[in-house]
Amino acid sequence: MIALLGRDMRLAVRAGGGFGLGLAFFLIVVTLVPFGVGPQSALLARIAPGILWLGALLACLLSLDRIFALDWEDGSLDLLATSPLPLEAAVSIKALAHWLTSAVPLIVAAPLFALLLSLPQAGYVPLVASLALGTPALGVIGTFGAALTVGLKRGGLLLSLLVLPLYVPTLIFGAEMARRGTEGLDTTTPMLMLAGISFGVIAVLPFASAAVLRVNLR
Amino acid sequence: MELTVRDLGVARGGVPVLEGVSFAVSAGEVLILRGPNGIGKTTLLRTVAGLQPPIGGRIGLEREAMAYAAHADGIKATLSVRENLEFWADVFATGDIGPALDAFELDALADRPAGGLSAGQKRRLGLARMVVTGRPVWVLDEPTVSLDVQAVGLFAAAVRAHLAGGGLALMATHIDLGLEEARVLDLGPYRARALAPDDFDGAFL
Repeated sequence: MIALLGRDMRLAVRAGGGFGLGLAFFLIVVTLVPFGVGPQSALLARIAPGILWLGALLACLLSLDRIFALDWEDGSLDLLATSPLPLEAAVSIKALAHWLTSAVPLIVAAPLFALLLSLPQAGYVPLVASLALGTPALGVIGTFGAALTVGLKRGGLLLSLLVLPLYVPTLIFGAEMARRGTEGLDTTTPMLMLAGISFGVIAVLPFASAAVLRVNLR
Repeated sequence: MELTVRDLGVARGGVPVLEGVSFAVSAGEVLILRGPNGIGKTTLLRTVAGLQPPIGGRIGLEREAMAYAAHADGIKATLSVRENLEFWADVFATGDIGPALDAFELDALADRPAGGLSAGQKRRLGLARMVVTGRPVWVLDEPTVSLDVQAVGLFAAAVRAHLAGGGLALMATHIDLGLEEARVLDLGPYRARALAPDDFDGAFL
């Protein structure tokens, strides 16, 4: 399992691996929004948690189809399925590798980007905490979508359509937690909901992903 | 160790292609599958390797005994030859990749990125993975595609070494590997009969 994690991380960081793609996209969204909204820092500060969450979500979505598509194309998915590694474990590890390479850079960079949207100082900790709690759910749900669409040529569109509705609860509670934190309100309820969604999907979805992957490999 | 397949039926995309296939391969034996394109050699091998369920019959060994090599080699272009092999050695928990590199004369290429290899060299890397798996049953689909005569010799030697170590192999190939001991099974007689179109509406349900 460590071997698969190491390989996926190495592939992501090497040339053409797509590392930094999500981060660049996040940066583009965050720098362009103030131009679109206009020079009103009060308004920007109010919508900043939502914009940051939306940007992170779309940035995660961008690299989802690579989770299985590349392994499917070069045949290593077949070989992994016949290896001693249970497919459920392989799916979880690939989701973890995706989270480490695409979501963790977003979480680390989020305070810097929040500065661009003039997020009030009180909002930084809740924002980072909400992203750290919520992005695992985005990764695991996205892995399920990628497993459903593996083997389809240009499956990215279908993948986005399938996954976006499933992302809605995470977005609602994640952005709500960041907003409440920014306004100095109690964040307990959205935080518990967000953590519940994340741990729930981490516990259940790898089995569903492995099952649909088995069907798709036939 | 013996691979017995009884009365196996396989389907591709829901359409039965082969039925009633029975054979037995014991340790130290090679069975070569022959048949025209599209008869279902790949489908049969994928079924034996456990990638898809059979529609009938049974396979005598667990899928944990099989090592499968498909048309695609599963090579990552940005990893070096050594890293590619080490990854599979870790996954199969076998450790040493030295014998595999030797068997396919990949030592000189070990630190090159796999993306820069020629088609034949990639194939050799894909086949070296079989040595690394350490599993007793090799299931090989057209293993000699894009190999030159000398590399086919290397492959035949690797298969012989595998057989001498108590392994067995099942492969689909049309070319002569120089393995005199190999038995050949022609899949022609096992072609599934087309379903009689007695239920026209049912075919669309």
